[in-house]
Amino acid sequence: MILISYLKEIASGTWSLLVGLGITLRTLLKPTVTVHYPHKQITMSPRFRGHTELIRNAETGEPNCVVCMMCEKACPSRCITIEGEKKQGAKRKTLTKYELDFTSCSLCGLCVESCKFDALRFSHAYNLASMRKDDYRMDLLNEKKTKA
Amino acid sequence: MLEFLSQEPIRLGLFILGVIAFVGLNAAYLVLLERKVAAWIQRRAGPYEVGPWGLFQPLADIVKMLTKQIVLPNNVDPLIYRFAPAAVMLPAVMGLMTIPFSSTLVGRNINLGVLMILAFGSINVVATMLGGWASRNKYSILASARIVAQNVAYEIPMYLVVIAVAMLTRSFDLQEIVRLQAGPFWHWNIFQLHHNPLMPLSFVIFFICMLAETNRAPFDMYEAESELIAGAYTEYSGMAFGVFFMAEYANIVLGCSLMTVLFLGGWQCPFGLFPGLHWFLLKLYGLICIVVWIRWTYPRVQFYSLLNLSWKILIPFALLNLVLTSVMVKIL
Repeated sequence: MILISYLKEIASGTWSLLVGLGITLRTLLKPTVTVHYPHKQITMSPRFRGHTELIRNAETGEPNCVVCMMCEKACPSRCITIEGEKKQGAKRKTLTKYELDFTSCSLCGLCVESCKFDALRFSHAYNLASMRKDDYRMDLLNEKKTKA
Repeated sequence: MLEFLSQEPIRLGLFILGVIAFVGLNAAYLVLLERKVAAWIQRRAGPYEVGPWGLFQPLADIVKMLTKQIVLPNNVDPLIYRFAPAAVMLPAVMGLMTIPFSSTLVGRNINLGVLMILAFGSINVVATMLGGWASRNKYSILASARIVAQNVAYEIPMYLVVIAVAMLTRSFDLQEIVRLQAGPFWHWNIFQLHHNPLMPLSFVIFFICMLAETNRAPFDMYEAESELIAGAYTEYSGMAFGVFFMAEYANIVLGCSLMTVLFLGGWQCPFGLFPGLHWFLLKLYGLICIVVWIRWTYPRVQFYSLLNLSWKILIPFALLNLVLTSVMVKIL
């Protein structure tokens, strides 16, 4: 009886080893799932949260923001600084400065939620590494300065 | 000129040079193969940046290894510490000197070639053990203890299998063993079923023992990084570590060469046509691919199961194989 169980154990062990080899062989022949990152980049999913960006009017290119200050008040980390002015003849205030301090932003999204004028959304930027802290004081109004 | 080159000492010197170059090239590119296969099994791409498809990655690795400082820690045994990396390379190069790559391409064919390779193969264990012992590091010493227990356990079934093969061929001469396997593939030792029906099994036993002797996963107990940092190599840096690393691959090449010669007919063609070096290399690299494939499939075994596998399964079967072979050789 001991001999039979001994041989059975060897047989089942050998079979399980062969099954394992089969699995890795099949995986080896499948295409890779990773991306050669700096050369190729994947598109982010629609709900990806990068840093926030201003939504602009499609025709004039001006931001939809009316400087109501709701986002600045909603921010729990106080990383949003807004300045605006009332231009002569204009119906609403115009944005002159929108600074996002990304070093303390936790991407909680309260600013986006609090915006009643459809002026703020999450960008899909994720290449945000930098050696300098200043790079994370993002000027959202002049978007050239923010990193894509 | 050719007259001069064919003089025996010159020819041997050139052959040693060639074998060392072959070993170095193999070590460099088997590392790349290893990393590529590992990547493919994990559905990654592997090294990709240096050269096309990462083909020059080994060169970058070598430059990195050579330019790093070799640190000599306090309280190590300086002589043995420096001697161990050199000694670990020696047996593989010595072994490859007597492996018949083709009917003419062989360093020095001696009539006890198998014995010589096995005898020098043991030096590899001693060298690794010395390296670990000289390091004055508790991880290294644990690794040394493990490698001795492991290699003693696995040398026994390996030698028992080799004895069975020697009974069949009635020779320890590697060139003679290959010559006896001439013709189609059912003349190879692995398929000599009418002499011994357990011949494929003894091939498997030899393969498992070869994995354990060269300390390859799943039997890499002496380098178990989750338990022993880098085992016997913990204190080695730069090219001193690099040589140990090369020796691992050199020993795989030697082990697979020996398996090709003993079981798969060496440089003989499976259809009996155009025997030569290419068939030897084809079989050799086929076996090496299997070794790499096994490494990235199985997790490391426990030390107890490692010894149990040898003493409770491999040795009884190797003994059975030996007895059966001797009976069949006597009767037939």
